[in-house]
Amino acid sequence: MEILNLEGTEDTPKIILDKKNGIFEISGRSLPEDSAEFYRPVIDWIKQYGASPNPTTEFVLKLEYFNTASSKLILDVLSALEDIKGMKILWYFHEDDEDMEEAGQEFSELVEIPFEFKTY
Amino acid sequence: MNYIYDLHRAMMAQNLIIVYQGEFTQETTKSILAMAERNLDSSGEESNIKRKVFNIMVEALQNIVKHSSEANAQAGNLVSQSAIFMIGKQPNQYSIMTGNPIKKSATASLKKNLDDLNQLDKEGLKEMYKEIIKNTQISEKGGAGLGFVDMARKSGEKLEFDFPEMDSEYNFFCLKVNVSREV
Repeated sequence: MEILNLEGTEDTPKIILDKKNGIFEISGRSLPEDSAEFYRPVIDWIKQYGASPNPTTEFVLKLEYFNTASSKLILDVLSALEDIKGMKILWYFHEDDEDMEEAGQEFSELVEIPFEFKTY
Repeated sequence: MNYIYDLHRAMMAQNLIIVYQGEFTQETTKSILAMAERNLDSSGEESNIKRKVFNIMVEALQNIVKHSSEANAQAGNLVSQSAIFMIGKQPNQYSIMTGNPIKKSATASLKKNLDDLNQLDKEGLKEMYKEIIKNTQISEKGGAGLGFVDMARKSGEKLEFDFPEMDSEYNFFCLKVNVSREV
């Protein structure tokens, strides 16, 4: 399966989705002008991955900041991950960033995927 | 030429650290954010306060971008370019302020939305946020309908707003969102 690799910019996150090496990560800032368009290839990739996933998947979300339009799309990403067996979310937040910790907890209440919380 | 000094004094008196008036796009949003970030960094502001200010700025600026593109289509550049964005810095708080024209016909429903939000406590806002994010689709304008809820949550204070009259068709929507600097 092809690797999806997007460099982060000042308003879009860095994304690596690499089935072969087991790296699944969205990190950085997410405040694109058109969040639906930005996340479309990510959701498409996940749907394709879901057809023949690795036995286990640790999906890293390490966001410094995201806007509300992105939060809706992050929920769409999580919903796409929800049906994949062996899925686990690693939710990273800066140790003094309570808002980001709380955001992770809220997402974890909205989907049926185990979340592990980690600080950086 | 006196207005230069007058404007300067007005800004000083209101403790405004950034004032921007003009065209609002994603590009100007990024520039304003970068400027504000440098300002907050160089003043050594606490990182959690910085994040809240940044967060509210993004929502406030992207709100104007969305609404000015809509107004642009309807009424030409005059309306889209008459928005204003400001940040005030007081010893005890930051204030993120915006002003933009809104159709009179749209005023009542926006006012009701904001009044309703201001009735909610922390838990109520959280529930509303989860309710909207579960049930909403991204609009054509790219909004999730979450901006004001998120601003209210990050602020922890009531949103302040007013709608002074511009002309027969428009009011000027003024919004002020505060972030306490007292940890």
